[in-house]
Amino acid sequence: MKKVIEGSHAVSYAVMLSRVQVICAYPITPQTHIVEKLSDLCSTGEMQAKFLKVESEHSAMAGCIGASAVGVRAFTASSSQGLALMHELLHWAAGARLPIVMANVNRSLGAPWNIWCDQTDSLSQRDTGWLQFYCESSQEALDTVIQAYKISEKVSLPSMVVLDAFYLSHTFEPVNIPDKGRVDRFLPPYEPKYRLDPKVPRSFSGLTPPDLFTEMRYQIQEAMEEAKKVILHVDEEFDALFGRRYGLVEGYRLEDAELVLVTSGTAASTARDVIDQYRDDGKPVGLLKVRTFRPFPSEEIRKALKNVSKVAVIDRNISFGMGGIFAEELKSVYGNEEEGPIIFGYIAGLGGRDITRETISGIIEYTFEEDRPKKPSLWPDLRR
Amino acid sequence: MSLKDLRQFPEEEYLSSGHLACAGCGAAIAMRYALKALGEETIVVIPASCWSIVPGVFPHTAFKLTAYHVAFETAASTATGIKAGLEMKGDLGTSVMAWAGDGATFDIGFQALSGAAERNDDFIYVCNDNEAYMNTGTQRSSATPYLAWTTTTPTSQPKVEPKKNIMEIMVAHGIPYAATACVAYPEDFYNKVRKAKEIKGLKFIHLLSTCPTGWRIASQFSIKVARLAVLTRIFPLYEVEGGERLTINVKPEFRPVRDYLKMQGRFNHLADQDIEAIQQNVEKTWNKLVKRAES
Repeated sequence: MKKVIEGSHAVSYAVMLSRVQVICAYPITPQTHIVEKLSDLCSTGEMQAKFLKVESEHSAMAGCIGASAVGVRAFTASSSQGLALMHELLHWAAGARLPIVMANVNRSLGAPWNIWCDQTDSLSQRDTGWLQFYCESSQEALDTVIQAYKISEKVSLPSMVVLDAFYLSHTFEPVNIPDKGRVDRFLPPYEPKYRLDPKVPRSFSGLTPPDLFTEMRYQIQEAMEEAKKVILHVDEEFDALFGRRYGLVEGYRLEDAELVLVTSGTAASTARDVIDQYRDDGKPVGLLKVRTFRPFPSEEIRKALKNVSKVAVIDRNISFGMGGIFAEELKSVYGNEEEGPIIFGYIAGLGGRDITRETISGIIEYTFEEDRPKKPSLWPDLRR
Repeated sequence: MSLKDLRQFPEEEYLSSGHLACAGCGAAIAMRYALKALGEETIVVIPASCWSIVPGVFPHTAFKLTAYHVAFETAASTATGIKAGLEMKGDLGTSVMAWAGDGATFDIGFQALSGAAERNDDFIYVCNDNEAYMNTGTQRSSATPYLAWTTTTPTSQPKVEPKKNIMEIMVAHGIPYAATACVAYPEDFYNKVRKAKEIKGLKFIHLLSTCPTGWRIASQFSIKVARLAVLTRIFPLYEVEGGERLTINVKPEFRPVRDYLKMQGRFNHLADQDIEAIQQNVEKTWNKLVKRAES
C-alpha cells in the first residue's frame, strides 16, 4: 500500500511490521514522532507490544537489553545527547550479542545547543559493535528496519538505522508500506539459541578472565565480517519479495567516472541531482553512497572506485583533530595499497546547515581543479 | 531462631559452596536465603558489585538459577525490560529480583530505580547495603553512616553527612511494599522475600549486610554486629505496605548504640560526644518510627 507519510512514521510502521514485542524509549527532538506513532499503534492494539516509557535513554537501552536477553524483539529510538547517554550500554548490548534494533535520528551534539542534522552522534558510536545503516529515503528507512532485525538476529549483533534529522525524519514522501503477511514470510519470529530462561539456568555476562576475553572479542569481529555477507543475502531475499534492494554501497553514474562523490544519507539525493547536471555537460562525475558504515564495506568501495582518480567525500560530521569520519575510513581502505584515488575530505552541513547544490558544485569544482587537497579537511560551506 | 523457624527454609540450595565471598560476608548468607525464598523460577539481575565477583569467574558460577550480570546503574531498568519480555512471552510465573549494592541503589542507579518505582514495575529490588563501595575497596557512598571511616573519608576528614534515608524515599514513591531486613534475622528476611514474591508491582527490600573487610571487624563477629544494628535501633526492622501501613517487626529494649559502634574499626576514631550525637539521632528516628507505626 502506497501512502504519503513522514520519515519518522516509516520507521514506526516498520517496527510494527517487524512484530517488535518490547519498545523502550525516551523522547528527544527530532526522534519524538517515531515513538509517538508507536504509542498510538500500541494503544489501539494495532501493534501487540509493551511500550516501556522509561526515565532516560540510558534506561531505554537497559530495558531493551533485558527484553532482548529474554528472547523477544526489542526496539528503541534516539538521537544526539540521548544516544551519547546510551553509549555505555551500546557496548553492553553488542558485547551481550543482543539483536536490538534502534533508529537514530542524526542530530548534532552540544554544546552549544543545536537540534538540527549532523552525523557526529551516531559516528561517535563507531566502535560499540553495532551495525550502522545510513538511509537516504523514508522507503529505505522502513525497509532497512525490517531487514535489520533479520540481519541482527542472524549475526547476534545490534543494528542502528540512521536517518537525517528533519531532512528525512520530518519530510513526507510516498512510501510503499509492505503487506503484513509478506513481512511475516520474510521475518520469522525471533528464536534465539540462548536466552534468560529459568528452565535452563545459566549465568550471562559474568566476569570473564583474560584467557577467554580475547576470543569473545574475536567472535564479534568475525560476526561483523560475516554481517557483510548476511546483509547482501538478506537484501536479495528482500528484493525477491518486495522488489527493492540497497546493497552495502550504492553507485550512481559511476561508468567512466573520473571524479566520484562519496556521501551518505539525504545529501546523496542532492548529489545525484548535481551529478546529472555535470553529466549533461559531459563531465565524468559519479556518486558512491555508503549505506553500511559498520561493517565498513572496504571491498565494495575499492571495487566501485577502481580506475577513479579523484574522490570527494562529503562528511556531515567531524572527528576533531583528524577530519571527516567517512573520509578517514575511506583513506584507511587504501592504507596497504600501492595505488588508489586522491581523497579529498570535505566537511559540510554541520548542525543542520543545508548541503546545497551550490555547495556540492563547489566541491566538484575544487576537486577537479586541485591535484591534491591543500588541507586534510576542507570546509566548503564555512563562513569567513 | 526457633527450630520451627529453621524448618521453614527449603532444603534446595541455589547458591553453591565455593563462591568467592570473603569470610563472614553478610551478603552471601542473605543471598542464600533470598534464593531459597524465591525458588528456581527466578531471574536474578546483578549490577556491578561484589556480586559481579562472588559467583565466580566464567565459565564457573555459584548460581544454580538464571542470573544476568548488567551495567552498574541498570539493575532496575534491565529488570523492567526482563519482566516485560517475560510477559510478552506469556511467562507470568517467573520472579525477577534485582540485587544491587548501596552504591548501585543510593547513588549511580538511583534514577533508574526511581523510574521503575514510579511506573510500579513488577519485580523485587533488594538493596544489599554494606554502607560503602566495598567491591572497589571501601569508598564512601551516600549510604555510608555519619562519621564512618572509608578510604575516601579518612579519619582526619570523616563523612559528616548522615546516611541517605532510602526507605523514606522509596516509600514516598507509593510502591506496594518496602521493607528493611538484616542478615542477623534470616527468618524475617526470608519471610519478607516470600511476601514480596506474592505482591504485584515494585517491591523494595533494604537489607543491611555486614562487610567484615570494610567495617573492620573480625569475620566471626559478622552476625553479632549485624544483630547489634537492630538491637541498638540504629537499623530498625520494619515494613511499609501499600505505601502507608508501617509495621515494626522487631522492637528491642533500649541498648546504647556504643555497643554496635565499638565493635567496628570504621568507628574507632569516634569521640564520646560523636557517639552521643549518633545516639540522639537514633533515638529521634526510632521515636518517629514508633509514632508512625502507632498512627
